[in-house]
Amino acid sequence: MNAVQQSANLDQPQAMRLRRFDPRRLAALVYKESLQALRDPSTLLIAFVLPVVLLLLFAYAVSLDARNVRIGVVLESPGASAESLAAAFAGTRYLDTRFAHDRRVAAGKLVSGELRGYVVIPQDFERRLAQRGGEPLVQIITDGSHPNTANYVENYAKGVVQSWRAGLDIATPAQAVALEPRYWFNAELESRRALIPGAIAIVMTIIGTMLTALVVAREWERGTMEAVLSTPATVAEILIGKLLPYFVLGMLSTLGSAALAVFAFNVPLRGSLAALMLLSAVFMAPALGQGLLISSLARNQFLAAQIALFTGFLPAFMLSGFLYEIDAMPEPIRSVTRLIPARYFIESLKTVFLAGDIWAVFIPNLLAMAAIGALFFMLAKRATRKNLE
Amino acid sequence: MLASSFSFIRLRAQFVKEVLSILRDPRSRMVVFMPPILQLLVFSFAATLEVRNVDIAVYNQDAGRWSHELVQRLDSARFIEHVRHVDSRQRLHELIDRGEVIAALAIPMDFSRAIAAGDSGRAQVLVDGRRSNSGQITAAYLAAIAADAGAEAVMDTQAPDPVSVRHWFNPNLVYRWFIVPGLTGILALFSALLITSLSIARERELGTFDQLLVSPTSTPEIIISKSLPALAIGSLVGLSMVGVGVFLFGIPFTGSFGLLLASLVLFILSVVGIGLMISAVSATQQQAILGAFAIGVPAVLMSGFATPVENMPVILQWLAQAIPLKHFLIIVEGSFLKAMPPGDIFANLWPLAAIALATLTMAAIFVRGRLQ
Repeated sequence: MNAVQQSANLDQPQAMRLRRFDPRRLAALVYKESLQALRDPSTLLIAFVLPVVLLLLFAYAVSLDARNVRIGVVLESPGASAESLAAAFAGTRYLDTRFAHDRRVAAGKLVSGELRGYVVIPQDFERRLAQRGGEPLVQIITDGSHPNTANYVENYAKGVVQSWRAGLDIATPAQAVALEPRYWFNAELESRRALIPGAIAIVMTIIGTMLTALVVAREWERGTMEAVLSTPATVAEILIGKLLPYFVLGMLSTLGSAALAVFAFNVPLRGSLAALMLLSAVFMAPALGQGLLISSLARNQFLAAQIALFTGFLPAFMLSGFLYEIDAMPEPIRSVTRLIPARYFIESLKTVFLAGDIWAVFIPNLLAMAAIGALFFMLAKRATRKNLE
Repeated sequence: MLASSFSFIRLRAQFVKEVLSILRDPRSRMVVFMPPILQLLVFSFAATLEVRNVDIAVYNQDAGRWSHELVQRLDSARFIEHVRHVDSRQRLHELIDRGEVIAALAIPMDFSRAIAAGDSGRAQVLVDGRRSNSGQITAAYLAAIAADAGAEAVMDTQAPDPVSVRHWFNPNLVYRWFIVPGLTGILALFSALLITSLSIARERELGTFDQLLVSPTSTPEIIISKSLPALAIGSLVGLSMVGVGVFLFGIPFTGSFGLLLASLVLFILSVVGIGLMISAVSATQQQAILGAFAIGVPAVLMSGFATPVENMPVILQWLAQAIPLKHFLIIVEGSFLKAMPPGDIFANLWPLAAIALATLTMAAIFVRGRLQ
């Protein structure tokens, strides 16, 4: 091992003369790669059109705040109180209430997905109301095949019944222990404010990992990578030349997305722009490194795309805390998420947008992203060298 | 003339060649089948909107009985991993800022005294709004715990729940029962979409598409031979995931398997049509893959998997009707849990058929456009 290294060192002066780091050569390479990237309409599609579409969707389509949940009210009792409870349901903002007189009709609509739940106001409702306690007043049936919506239906419907009963002024005792919740950073509790910063991380993953994996894999597939490697350009120059345009593209895309988030979708940027850019720049290291590693392992665009999809994009979506809380995952999967750079980026992005510059959050995340990036680059370098032998 | 425009022998040869070109390479063979199954296993455990294993901070200024009671209940709450006691308000804010706890409880000095006097003891809860959904769920859980503690304080064991709740199809609201059927559709969609979108684009990038065009092969033959392998692979991926859902996760399958299979094939067919359209307009594989992405990701987001379609604005709801995954999700969820009757399945099956017809026709037009 040592001997090999020594002989390599002896050869180096000569090699160095030939393969010196040359800024002019690097500039030429960067220029060539940039032209290549910009001339391909698909690059622009991914870097500038897709982010806009994604942010729009996260602003308007993907909302975890249930609104207009369609529920049915089955009114079996003809009494006046039952009518007033039904009217209370019709008056709520968050529920889109439809009426029925037969619970079988509502049950059928629950199966077809037309309703997410229904409330049965039973025939003997007035008697149960007079009895006070004992039997429940109404029955709530939800569509359990959508658990999150089912929870909403349950909570909202319970809330409607409770406030209706309080309005009746049947001495409901004041709660002995009352909690007063205050939501920090997102007082309006709009899920889009938490989702849009995360969407930026998804966009960056697509640009950094997906695009890079494809571009470099294409060079391997066509054999032009070997051709470039055999020129006097050093490996470092070639890699920087390849990655720099995508780094810049990713940063531009982040800036554009951030501007869109702040000015069009009312997401506050409570931290500094400098912190946002620093976080994004550091995140590009593992994203690009992963793309490079995938391409040098796959060396074919189909494989590279599949691997990038399954190791880059989907985990950034599902395992990063973007939509699904990491705390709630079982322990083995929580350890897997530690290897996913998007996890650290998304946590930091949410903080920089909604909370401010909290370096106690940023620094560990920056270190983790840098470490994963370094690991990916080392593995990629090793894989590239092995490929040439 | 008719003989030259369509020949089964030629079609068979084409089909064999297409299947081989995808499956000959052992690495791509692995990449086609292994990751979707692995993803299903990992994601079905990961994707949950439930709240578990969270930390809560408590700043308790009250030395009385009721704050002690409340904290003890928090300690034994199943969704909380640790209750972290702090001794200043500043530290409380710090823990929230850093995201170390999802919620922080500040119990004032007169808490127990107020309860003993028959008043309400009020405690403030700070919730991390960065985690908006889990934050709300946590707040609801905490409110339930507080209500329990309060009920004990007023010795009021009565006060019955005015409502009874039943969750149909999934009584315990197991999130996995929702995720696995949905993932079946999404992962099958991505594998079929990627395979088809690359099919023509790869030939064009390598220059062999011109050879195909000067051969006697007709457009329908090209379309069929390019769609069959993806159709077979996509359906197989979908089917094996249904199998994993039923046999490994033990999710009840209550509907009709035959109808689900028919829907799966139609679903993949409509995806294949979209993939071929992308492939026909792409000049390179890179364009094809990125195009597939630019179509596939928004389609998944609008399909009703992540969030219900009815939460979206009306215009997007109309747009969602054109997304095959939206209809397939209703069918697959209905077939697993709801014992969906054939009438409801057909209501979602014909849109799938219409989309498949439209996309495949468009694909044929696009490919023919390439011929001229």
